[in-house]
Amino acid sequence: MKHTFFKTMLALVVLTASFLSFQGCKPKGAQSAVSGDAAAKAYVAPGKYDEFYNFVSGGFSGQMSVYGLPSGRLFRVIPVFSVDPEKGWGYSEETKPMLNTSHGFVPWDDLHHIALSVTKSEHDGRWAFGNANNTPRIARIDMKTFRTAEIIEIPNSAGNHSSPFITENSEYVVAGTRFSVPMGDNLDVPINTYKDNFKGTVSFIGIDKTSGEMNLSFQIATPGINFDLARAGKGKSAGWFFFSCYNSEKANTLLEVNASQKDKDFIMAVNWKKAEEYAKAGKGVKKQVKYAHNKYNESTHSATSEIKNEVLVLDPKDCPDMVYFMPCPKSPHGCDTDPTGEYIVGSGKLAAVIPVFSFAKIEAAIAAKNYDGEYDGIPVLKYEAVLHGEVQKPGLGPLHTEFDGNGNAYTSFFVSSEIVKWNIKDLKVLDRVNTYYSIGHLCVPGGPTSKPHGKYVIAYNKITKDRYLPTGPELTQSAQLFDISGDKMKLVLDFPTIGEPHYAEAIPASMIMKNSQKIFKLEENKHPYAALGDNNAKVERKGNEIHVYMTSIRSHFTPDNIEGVKLGETVYFHVTNLEQDWDVPHGFAVKGAANAELLIMPGETQTLAWKPEKAGVYPMYCTDFCSALHQEMQGYIRVSPAGSNVPLTFSTGTNLPAAKPAAATTAPAEKSTTK
Amino acid sequence: MKNNLTTTSRILVAFASGALVCAFFLPVWRIDLFAPQYPEGLMMNIWINGLSGDVEIINGLNHYIGMKHISVDMFPEFKFLPYVVGFFMLLGMLVAITGKRKFLLWYLILTVIGGALAVYDFYRWGYDYGHNLDPNAAIRVPGLSYQPPLFGHKRLLNFDAYSFPDVGGWVVVGASALAFTVWFVEWYRHRKKTTV
Repeated sequence: MKHTFFKTMLALVVLTASFLSFQGCKPKGAQSAVSGDAAAKAYVAPGKYDEFYNFVSGGFSGQMSVYGLPSGRLFRVIPVFSVDPEKGWGYSEETKPMLNTSHGFVPWDDLHHIALSVTKSEHDGRWAFGNANNTPRIARIDMKTFRTAEIIEIPNSAGNHSSPFITENSEYVVAGTRFSVPMGDNLDVPINTYKDNFKGTVSFIGIDKTSGEMNLSFQIATPGINFDLARAGKGKSAGWFFFSCYNSEKANTLLEVNASQKDKDFIMAVNWKKAEEYAKAGKGVKKQVKYAHNKYNESTHSATSEIKNEVLVLDPKDCPDMVYFMPCPKSPHGCDTDPTGEYIVGSGKLAAVIPVFSFAKIEAAIAAKNYDGEYDGIPVLKYEAVLHGEVQKPGLGPLHTEFDGNGNAYTSFFVSSEIVKWNIKDLKVLDRVNTYYSIGHLCVPGGPTSKPHGKYVIAYNKITKDRYLPTGPELTQSAQLFDISGDKMKLVLDFPTIGEPHYAEAIPASMIMKNSQKIFKLEENKHPYAALGDNNAKVERKGNEIHVYMTSIRSHFTPDNIEGVKLGETVYFHVTNLEQDWDVPHGFAVKGAANAELLIMPGETQTLAWKPEKAGVYPMYCTDFCSALHQEMQGYIRVSPAGSNVPLTFSTGTNLPAAKPAAATTAPAEKSTTK
Repeated sequence: MKNNLTTTSRILVAFASGALVCAFFLPVWRIDLFAPQYPEGLMMNIWINGLSGDVEIINGLNHYIGMKHISVDMFPEFKFLPYVVGFFMLLGMLVAITGKRKFLLWYLILTVIGGALAVYDFYRWGYDYGHNLDPNAAIRVPGLSYQPPLFGHKRLLNFDAYSFPDVGGWVVVGASALAFTVWFVEWYRHRKKTTV
């Protein structure tokens, strides 16, 4: 009995010990990856400024967010492709046309990539471009106002993923279609006729040197493959653009299997200087299409949307030496050119190597017609002839590559969840660091330019799991900041992001902050319904519309009492913020409004349309805490039944019609009129 | 000859009175306001014939406590100040041309009287601006007034107010000091001569 007890105990002890040792074999926690001085590196003291602005795509939020680096502090979410009730974006009458498309008003999209404007392939701090992945569009954000200035729709495109990458002097941003689709007159075709009827395009959108205005210059018709990402060349390769493509199998179903059959897909090399010449020489064909071009005018504080009907399409068959394919292993995703423009890094999502192409070799192969056959009539260059070399055993699932300007490349690996640093010339892996978890894009400040600023690499991760306090099934997205100033990459900071971050760019704060606009000048306000001064405030009836020319200044609206509105009429509150002082926006909201608030910057005019459904008196108030008497910044609008004979009156500071002696007024009487 | 200024002195007096021309092109006084919400500060520049700077913003803030709307119209001084400065320039030139030490003394006495009047006038305006408040103002603190400082610093509610000469004002101060120095040196030299 005793023996049995002893044996049992011994067995239990052994079992427990071995179990504990198994526990010890589990990977160490992620926390151990942080070194001692990480906090100091990310610390930006209160009141101090960050060194970089980080413009981060919002993914399925449709917006662009602006963070400071190295602190990871969020400064602003710029509304771009999705409505934003907080800022009235897509709700005010002035901003609604910005979201117009050939499909009508579209309130949402998916913003994946950022391209900052460049001069000589270096940041110039003027504009940021973003793509709409779902309903193909490109937006231009003005870095003076941090607002969306323009949105252009891309016809003959479906899923504008390969966008908005930019040429060396911001001549063009591009838009390669992710989905190939039927084009032309007959769009109603069986899906299984993909191979015959589906085509792709890459579009070149010209950018005006001074105004930044976009214009769809030309499209290149391509075989029915799927475009993923792209980069312009730099320096000697500046006249070229490189597009990664997948699904050279031309599958239209179960792509995860059917588009992964071939050993190699392509990077498509486009000589865009040549394409530009062909377009000018009339080699293209004008095709009838329909797309919206929306512009925001900062003097009328209003957007206009124009539907355009024509696009110039270049067919590679008619334009020799314009397009070439380079074989690239297994469904390439990232396609990045190094700061010198000599090396093009492809990243086959399923490949075991990172192929690096040489521009000098590409030129030589083209000159020698060193082809490996054709693909739909387009010459395919020999893989070995254009290859600089392959990075061996870099990791699993390479996606994107950025550069530090010291001859090093940083590639993100989704599957093995790491960033790998390697040398471009000798293709040797130098360092690797884990990311938490499953990194997608990454960003080195100035990484896509010819003069990277280096210092940091930021990982934009797809999964956060246990990195933050849990918030139910839906967890925050996140970025991670690594110090790359030494030989070894060091994790410095995790910070949460809005939406799902895809590509991002970072630019020195000194290039942007000095240009940041503080107010809109009232004397430059050309809004047709602006009231430039309390004395110009008025209410007018036009048919069944009531137009309120309203002013707001600390801390009252003029007018703040309005009577005589009838049911069935639509009231347009045109609110002009008369402040000319920095950081004094006023808001405007009226009870029961079926849209949103207005948030009006100093000197700006914005309009809220409101259709009351019931007779009564409705309150309205300022929503942005503007002063000590912000709470008092309120008023009433009275709505009477349709047949009522209440006259249209308005006032501030005095009762109109007069109810009692105006003894208790606290502000001087404003101009009051009866209509 | 003994009551006449030396050539150097006459040139210096001419230079000092000529320098007053700066008052036409540069603001003579400035008031700076700092508050927690205005770390970058608000500034009002006073010229001999007008105002510049963040006047409208200051007005917007001051209406809460019932202060008057500052505008060029509330200062009749702006209409005649350019003539006064012109007069002093002319007078200084005459002193330099005639070269009489006695005239320089009278010129300096006039300058002192003019300066004193200007200071009094500025004080009188500041007193009215700070005390004569709208009885219907949103914020009324019985017994509290907001007279801006005549010179130097004063705390006004949440604002730190600073009142100092601006560039033009410093030129005027410098020019006057130069004229005084010239007179003093001349007087000292003359006294030496007479005592010896």
